[in-house]
Amino acid sequence: MRFLLKRMGFFVLTLWVALTLNFFLPRLMPGSPAEALMARFRGKVPLSSIKPLLAEFGVDDSQSLVSQYFDYLANMLTGNWGISTTSLGEPVSKMIREALPWTLGLVGVATILAFVLGTLIGVVAGWRRGGKLDSILPPVFVITSALPYFWIALLFILVFSVWTGGWLPSDNGYDNTLDPGWNGEYIGNVLQHAILPGATILVTSIGGWILTMRNNMITTLAEDYVRMGRAKGLPNRTIMIGYAARNAFLPNLSGFAMSLGYVISGAILVEYVFNYPGLGYLLYNATINVDYPLMQALFLLITVAVLVAVLVSDFATFWLDPRARTQG
Amino acid sequence: MTAIMVDKAVTPTSGRAPKGRPGGSLLTAIRTNRKAMVGFVIFVFFCVAAAVPQLFTSVRDPQLRAFDVSLGSSREHLLGTTAFGQDVFAQLIYGTRQSLVIALVAGVFATALSVLIGVSAGYLGGVGDGILSLITDVFLVIPTFPLIIVLATYAGKGSLGVVIIVLVITGWSYGARQLRSQTLSLRNRDFLESARVRGERRSYIILVEVLPTLTSLILASFLGAALYAVLTAAGLQFLGLGDPSSASWGTMLYWSQSQSALQTDQVWWAIAPGLCVALLGASFALLNYAFDEISNPALRPVRRTRVKRTHP
Repeated sequence: MRFLLKRMGFFVLTLWVALTLNFFLPRLMPGSPAEALMARFRGKVPLSSIKPLLAEFGVDDSQSLVSQYFDYLANMLTGNWGISTTSLGEPVSKMIREALPWTLGLVGVATILAFVLGTLIGVVAGWRRGGKLDSILPPVFVITSALPYFWIALLFILVFSVWTGGWLPSDNGYDNTLDPGWNGEYIGNVLQHAILPGATILVTSIGGWILTMRNNMITTLAEDYVRMGRAKGLPNRTIMIGYAARNAFLPNLSGFAMSLGYVISGAILVEYVFNYPGLGYLLYNATINVDYPLMQALFLLITVAVLVAVLVSDFATFWLDPRARTQG
Repeated sequence: MTAIMVDKAVTPTSGRAPKGRPGGSLLTAIRTNRKAMVGFVIFVFFCVAAAVPQLFTSVRDPQLRAFDVSLGSSREHLLGTTAFGQDVFAQLIYGTRQSLVIALVAGVFATALSVLIGVSAGYLGGVGDGILSLITDVFLVIPTFPLIIVLATYAGKGSLGVVIIVLVITGWSYGARQLRSQTLSLRNRDFLESARVRGERRSYIILVEVLPTLTSLILASFLGAALYAVLTAAGLQFLGLGDPSSASWGTMLYWSQSQSALQTDQVWWAIAPGLCVALLGASFALLNYAFDEISNPALRPVRRTRVKRTHP
């Protein structure tokens, strides 16, 4: 139980640090949001009418920094994220609600698929060490895991969309001519649009899982309990899955949680390249339009998503590993 | 604790103090490992291109709009020209310098930070370790790219300095974590014990006894941090958050994307800069993987096909 409490404590602490960084770092930077907004409106809007706009999302010069900070924390946590300055007057929470399902569907599914597939391939590669699979895969995936996400995305667009004359769509999440709804045509269209961005995320993120899982397998296979299993005459399958893979999987699981932030970074770029209507694309647009409330809320949301994944992997570790349960 | 699980992955290897110069064995290692060799050759090539770009192209100012626009590839223009009439190949060659500088500078500073925090955490132990590890974990988990995007926006179209500082702040944590666990496994070795019995100062022990044994891992942290810096900087510039007039691969990608180069049949302009980023990244990753094999013999490829492990 102490283990879980510790991890919950870590969750809260990290969230707090992220929120605090998000609040203070911009204020340490040269230039103020007010100036940025002025520049955006090209001086057409007087400072006096910008001030209340900024106050809407907690950048109120008349208050002390400390009280601004606490207002900001309260607003972030209660979902009171203010009003977007891009699409005038639209609440940030509504924009995020519209974009969230796209990102969850695309990035979530592709990432989990990459993790599961990569782990399985890694198990087999580590088990058949020195075999055909093992001599080809590691060097290949060392390279793919170092490729920039957006470049793979561009390459896929070139090969599967430009050269094949629009064989697969490379733009947006669905065909604009269709009415969104729960019908076969629309769902099929959405799936078709998800193929290229999904494949991009899969290709670039799977290599890391294969490599770490293979290396963990090799380390684990040298353990005495594996030799013990062999001596007992257990079938290879049991040793591979029940003895070696099960133990080798644990570091991979915590690695998954830790590297999720990196995967999300790549996903933002992928969404940008494909104009996919998810959170990453929204963040890009918020940046271009210097839309501070939207940026802050999106950063909060992405951080929470990563932290929840870390927490889930901690629970899974707790469930899988007796040592975590007894050690506390 | 997740920390324990990850520590397991880092197998304690060379506990002995190294004999001879560590640098010497490193060069031999690069020569004998094929992956390392490939990575090393690519890296050296880019270093030459960054140092003396004049060797590879007759164009002196790659940003100058000196040629016809949107030419295909030909003998004068190996990869064609951009929609602004610049030579793509020349831009690539001149762009190497900035990408390499970002990688090396951000890599060195991030590694220095990870050594400082990781090794102190592992060696000191106790409350100090607790606090430093916590800081490391927090920085490891926070999704840095959105943070960087937000920061780059606030800082105005990021100058090179801002980009590098941000990359250092966000790029040190992974290396620190690995260095910590390796230091932890070294802490109670005999050679450190004897140094303590001799009455050496703590700073002396860390600098002279601990650090040399960590050379390969420090190098791996550096390569990891440099890889991260290259990819992230290119991503930022691609989004248009770098200096749009600078000569760099990311900026080239930004302009080609904004001119829809892919859709308008200027394939090289859109693909080649990314290829360079990918090659430089791959060279770091290959070197890194090779060092992993060198420092952990268990991971080396088995030359014979199929080893019978049942009869050791």
